[in-house]
Amino acid sequence: MDKNRKVHQFKNPVLNWIEFRLPIISYFKKEYGDYPMPKNCNYFWSFGALATITLVTMIVSGIFLAMNYTPHTDMAFDSVERIMRDVNYGWLMRYIHSNGAAFFFIIVYIHIVRAMYFGSYKYPRELNWILGVFIFLLMMATSFLGYTLPWGQMSYWGATVITNLFSAIPFIGEGLKTWLLGDYNVGNATLNRFFALHYVLPFVIFGVVGLHVAAVHVHGSNNPDGIDIKTNNDSVNFFPYMLIKDTVAMCAFGVAISAVIFFGPNLMAEVDNYIPADPLVTPAHIVPNWYLAPFYAILRAVPDKLGGVLLMFGAIVILFILPWLDRSKVRSCNYRPIYKWFMMGFFVNFFALGYVGMLPAEGLYLLIARVGLLYYFGFFFIITPFVGWIEKPSKLPLSISDVYAKNITPNIGGGEKGIPSPAMQKDTNL
Amino acid sequence: MAKKPKNKRRDFLQLSTVTLGAVGTAAFIWPFLKSMSPAEDTLAAGSTEVDISTIEEGQSITIKWRGKPVFIKKRTKEEIDAAKMVQASDLRDPQDDADRVQKEEWLVLVGVCTHLGCVPLGQKVSDMKGEYDGWYCPCHGSHYDTSGRIRKGPAPKNLDVPPYTFLNDNTIKIG
Repeated sequence: MDKNRKVHQFKNPVLNWIEFRLPIISYFKKEYGDYPMPKNCNYFWSFGALATITLVTMIVSGIFLAMNYTPHTDMAFDSVERIMRDVNYGWLMRYIHSNGAAFFFIIVYIHIVRAMYFGSYKYPRELNWILGVFIFLLMMATSFLGYTLPWGQMSYWGATVITNLFSAIPFIGEGLKTWLLGDYNVGNATLNRFFALHYVLPFVIFGVVGLHVAAVHVHGSNNPDGIDIKTNNDSVNFFPYMLIKDTVAMCAFGVAISAVIFFGPNLMAEVDNYIPADPLVTPAHIVPNWYLAPFYAILRAVPDKLGGVLLMFGAIVILFILPWLDRSKVRSCNYRPIYKWFMMGFFVNFFALGYVGMLPAEGLYLLIARVGLLYYFGFFFIITPFVGWIEKPSKLPLSISDVYAKNITPNIGGGEKGIPSPAMQKDTNL
Repeated sequence: MAKKPKNKRRDFLQLSTVTLGAVGTAAFIWPFLKSMSPAEDTLAAGSTEVDISTIEEGQSITIKWRGKPVFIKKRTKEEIDAAKMVQASDLRDPQDDADRVQKEEWLVLVGVCTHLGCVPLGQKVSDMKGEYDGWYCPCHGSHYDTSGRIRKGPAPKNLDVPPYTFLNDNTIKIG
C-alpha cells in the first residue's frame, strides 16, 4: 500500500468516496476529459469512436435477437422469419444487426485506410496497429459465424465453402474440418457451435478494443501531418472539443445507417438467403458478403487449392508486419510524394478486388483479380520497403501549430486582404 | 451584465442537446424493450375454445391457456350450496360465489396457487381436496373451497377467474 498516494479531490463527496477506493473517476477525467488530441485531426479521426458505438449497437441488437432465435437446423430459418413477422420490432432489430455488420466493416475499413495513409501504424504505435489487425480478424470470423445463423441457402453454402478451406491443409485438413464441423457436413452440431461462438466473440472483440484504446492513449492519437504534439498549442482537450466533433460524426452516421435500415434494408443482402438451407442444392452463384469479397477474390485468383487459401490468409497476416516493412520515418502520406500515389493505388486495387470478388471468377474478372493480387502483395513486399528507401519526403512542419501558421495568406481565410484566417485567430487566442 | 445573454444561449444549447440526446436514446431503447413483451403469435394463442359438452356433473377438466392450467368444473348441487352458504365477510379475500361464476354450475379457475404459483390438487377423484372440499395446494398447504376461494393456509388471494365467455351451451372461449 502506498500511503503517499495523492488522492484527487472533487467537489462532490460521493465522487471523493469512490475515488479514494477506486481511482476510476480521475482515470476517466484523464483519458476522456483532459486527454489531449492533436488539434489538426480531421473527421477521419472520428471513425474509431464510430466503430466503438457500432460494436455496442451490434452487441445490444444481437443479445435481443438471440432471445428469439433457435439454433437448430429445423427451426433456425423459421425462428428468423418469426423475428421478422411476429416479434415486436423484430424486423427493426434484425435490420439493425444485419446492416450494422455491413456498416461496421465500412467504418473499420475507413479507420484502416486512415491508419495506413497517415502512418498511424508507425513507431510508437505498432502494437496498437497489431491489436487493430487482430480486431479485424475477429470481426471477419464473427461476421462469418453470424451469417450462418439464419440458415438460408447462402448461410449454408457459405459455411460449407469456408470450412472446406481447412481441408486444403495437407495431412490433417480433412480431420480438422470434420472436427470444426462436429459432423461430416455442415449440420446441427455446426450451427450450435457457430451460435455459441458468434455470441461470445463480440465480447472478446470488446476486450481487445479496450486494449486498443488504452494503447493509443499512451502516446496519443496520430494526426494528418503525422507529427507529435510538442506544446499545449498543438492540442485541444478531448472534452468537449473532440466529443462534440465525434457526436457530429455520429449524427451523420446515424442518418446514413437509418436511411439504409428503413429504406433499403436488403440492399446489401443476398436474395438467396431467403431460401431455407438445402444440403442437396447449391445456388448457382455463391458470393460472400461484400466486405469479405476482396479476400475471396484473392482465394479464387490462385489456380491451386492450398495456394489460394494460404494467399488469402496471408493477405490478412501480412498486415501485422506492415510497421516493419515500411522503413520511412515520415508518417503521413501528405509528406510522401511518391508513396502517396502507391498508397491510393492500393486502396483502389483493394476496391477492385472486392468488386471482382462478387462476380463470377472467369474471363476478364479473373484477370483483374490476378493483377490485383500481384499489386496487393507487391505493395507490401516491394513498393513499401523500396519507396521508403528512395523517396525524398517533403519538408515537415515544425509543429502542429506551424501547419496553421503556414496557411496564413491573404487569400485563405477571410478572403480579403489583411484579415487573418480563422486558424490564425485561434492561434493567437491560445 | 453583458455576459448574460451569451450564457443564456449557452444554457439553451446545452439543455436542448441533452434533451435531444435523451429522447433519441429512449427512442432507440424502446423497440428493444418492447421486443421482450409477447410476440404477435404468442398473443394470437392468447384465447382458447373448449368443448364442455362431455363434462359430467362433479367432474373437472384441466386445459392449457397461455401456458397455464385452467380448471373447468361442472359443480354438483351440494358444492354450489356449500359455496353459496359462506359469508363473504368471513373470508380472507371476500367475494361472493355469484361474483365468481357466470352460470352457477360452471366454475372456471386459473389453476395456479396465489401463494407461490404451484398447481393445486383436486382435479382427480383420488386427489386430496383439502378441508373445504375444493382444492389443496401441496407446496405450502393452502386450502381452497368449492368456489376456489382461499380458506386456510398461506395463499393471500382466491384462485383467479380468467376472462371467459359462453359461445353457446357447449363451448367456452377462454381469454
